[in-house]
Amino acid sequence: MTDLTCRFAGITSPNPFWLASAPPTDKAYNVNRAFEAGWGGVVWKTLGLDPPVVNVSSRYGAVAYNGQRMAGLNNIELITDRPLAVNLAEIRQVKRDWPDRAMIVSLMVPCDEESWKSILPQVEDTGADAVELNFGCPHGMSERGMGSAVGQVPEYVEMVAHWVKKHSRLPCIVKLTPNITDIRASARAAFRGGADAVSLINTINSIVGVDLDLMAPLPTVDGKGTHGGYCGPAVKPIALNMVAEIARDKETYRKPISGIGGIATWRDAAEFLALGAGSVQVCTAAMHYGFRIVDDMISGLRHFMEQKGYTKLEDLVGQAVPNVTDWQFLNMGYDIKARIDQDKCIKCGLCHIACEDTSHQAILKTKDGQRHFEVVDSECVGCNLCMHVCPVDGCITMERVDNGEYHNWTTHPNNPMRKRTETA
Amino acid sequence: MARKELGDLAAARLAPEVLARNFDDVAPPLDERQALIAANRCYYCYDAPCTTACPTGIDIPSFIRSIATGNLKGAATTILSANTFGGSCARVCPTEILCEGVCVRNTAESQPVQIGALQRHATDWVYESGTQLFERGEPSGFKVAVVGAGPAGIACAHRLARAGHAVTLFDAKPKIGGLNEYGIAAYKLPGDFAQKEIDWLLSIGGITVQTGTKLGEQITLAQLREQFDAVFLGLGLADVNALGLEGESLPGVRNAVDFIAELRQSDDLGKLPVGRRVVVIGGGNTAIDAAIQSKRLGAESVTLVYRRGPETMSATSHEQEFAKTEGVNIIHWAAPRRLIERDGLLATIEFEYTQLDANGKLANSGDTFTLQADVVLKAIGQAFVPDPVREGGKELLQLSNGRIKVDEDFATSLPGVWAGGDCVGGKTDLTVQAVDDGQRAAAAIDRALRKGNAP
Repeated sequence: MTDLTCRFAGITSPNPFWLASAPPTDKAYNVNRAFEAGWGGVVWKTLGLDPPVVNVSSRYGAVAYNGQRMAGLNNIELITDRPLAVNLAEIRQVKRDWPDRAMIVSLMVPCDEESWKSILPQVEDTGADAVELNFGCPHGMSERGMGSAVGQVPEYVEMVAHWVKKHSRLPCIVKLTPNITDIRASARAAFRGGADAVSLINTINSIVGVDLDLMAPLPTVDGKGTHGGYCGPAVKPIALNMVAEIARDKETYRKPISGIGGIATWRDAAEFLALGAGSVQVCTAAMHYGFRIVDDMISGLRHFMEQKGYTKLEDLVGQAVPNVTDWQFLNMGYDIKARIDQDKCIKCGLCHIACEDTSHQAILKTKDGQRHFEVVDSECVGCNLCMHVCPVDGCITMERVDNGEYHNWTTHPNNPMRKRTETA
Repeated sequence: MARKELGDLAAARLAPEVLARNFDDVAPPLDERQALIAANRCYYCYDAPCTTACPTGIDIPSFIRSIATGNLKGAATTILSANTFGGSCARVCPTEILCEGVCVRNTAESQPVQIGALQRHATDWVYESGTQLFERGEPSGFKVAVVGAGPAGIACAHRLARAGHAVTLFDAKPKIGGLNEYGIAAYKLPGDFAQKEIDWLLSIGGITVQTGTKLGEQITLAQLREQFDAVFLGLGLADVNALGLEGESLPGVRNAVDFIAELRQSDDLGKLPVGRRVVVIGGGNTAIDAAIQSKRLGAESVTLVYRRGPETMSATSHEQEFAKTEGVNIIHWAAPRRLIERDGLLATIEFEYTQLDANGKLANSGDTFTLQADVVLKAIGQAFVPDPVREGGKELLQLSNGRIKVDEDFATSLPGVWAGGDCVGGKTDLTVQAVDDGQRAAAAIDRALRKGNAP
């Protein structure tokens, strides 16, 4: 039997699917429903010091793409707007009712030691399993010197992580903002400060669209708008890269990472796990479809692991990390050519026009006067564009045609910085 | 309603609300959401098969993309730039054998993008709002006569008016529109759409309409050639082929096109008499339209008889299927032999089964059957009547296969005279083909006029 038990930085949960700190985890009502649905853990929506913040309406903007709703979601909601005591009482009760689930509490207080020192014992007292430091929110709170305003300065990240470890025995996860130039600097700082894990990505600075009648950014609050935090399926590739960068960095190699960003299916989750995440956090997909999506995430991941022979989560975590490399080490001897399956081809011509207009003029559109699409091997560089634009799954595939030799840029004659190859 | 054994012709066989429903839009329009879903199914093919299949070459992927991006005006402009009658073609085109028939979505899913419905979505608002999409060019000083205000003639007139020429549009009938007004099934163009579309087309200006004017009677071709710089003939097919059978003049025996025209012009379908037992003879869209409309008016039984098999019917398979679901009984491989009267009324019609002989030619089998009929509708084809282009007992211009002969520019053998639509007979007998003829002729006329000296 495949075991999905997640053991992450001293936190245990029955599966690696946690709800991220966000509206779905703002109160006991929602979290109870999530646990009933089967979620392995939650990161409670970020607590702050009283008096609570005030939120505005509206709070969300979304990108729909070709009819797909919420391909990307943007929010301008702040941290919890409920009194600290109410949240703490609910956290205590929920953890008591669901002892096997991970209860992580997200925190954001002013960037001084006193504030952290005051809130940490109160959280610890609820029986929560860990804290997550919200150094990520790019909107609103950052204007007050919190959230991403802290996360964007590695020295602050290290300092606060250090305070937290000093004043609490709870595992500490630092949630990183992607609104930086190199995620590795933030991750290294967190671990230097003593953090037990990092989680990423938080939301990306964004304007989700412009209302062309109001001439104002979306979402619009009485005629004005502000940048928000972008999440959902659209941000997954950015998140995957940042997770991978931390997973393969010498300083942070094999440190616990909780993967966040556009995870909606077991497949998304498996990809994050493969790139080194030990747990995953979900928000947008739950906000789109409700908590029930975790059913398929659990069974899908279980069946995938069974099929591949992974008996426990740790077998899968990080499997793809060794294959993430620098461009300079890619094999330049590797050569693939596009192959169009004529039985599957519906003759839409998208491969031809993509190649003709924007690539290498390697796909012909006629044969014997008939509409027919065929690859010219001598022109095809194996870029894959045709395969991506083809609307029919499996119609265009790439065939390897090289002789198996390996050579890369580091020794290539065109590389002015090439290393001298050893000669006899 | 009491049944009569003979000559059972009656109006109001169905309740008014049922009649209203039966003749309402056969394919209701897409709403905005449905249109978006349909538009997003388009793959935006390159050198798209749908565009190639369209006789007017509408850039279909482009207009669908415009719908998807909320650019309805752009979509409508793309359509109506290529096809003057984009609105009625969206409704009457047999898309299943044109654009939708070759949609690449058929290959894997057997479900093409709803191109016709999307075209309607993109154009409907233009006629409703009266938005003008085209500007008339600088007046050229040339005058062109367009004879016959059907799709070919109006398409030609509109293109000429856009180019700045002054057009006079002549038609023998009291209303213009040709087959769009008189010949298409009512449920395909409900709500007086044909006139709405024409009103919009004429609103470009520069087109003078003269109805009730028949070539060869009120005006002659010679006069037109004298008074105008160019003439376009879109005369259509004025005659209906006869069965050539005994009893053809019996009451109850009539041309399907006359029945359809009467129905289209009726302002109270409840007053329109329809037979209890209707027999339609023919295999084209006129036959199908007459059969279905008879059924929808309340005929008890409608039988369509065609002398060959379903594959050679000129009605599309889609139309044939539609007739069957409407309860029309289709009998293939039978030809009419006699219309039998009793007490001076049509009583039955005798058919003989047909078959193909050893050489693949249609042959009689000798086996017969009879059908009871109160009404027989003849729809075995129409013919061009050359009278309007005759003077002094001979044709003024060359004919070919009984139609007006034209070159690739739709020029007739008579200098300064062009022709298009059914009177020249082209690749197909479809509305969209007539529109394309008229448009091409207009372009040729424009070129010829501008090449010559100023008027």
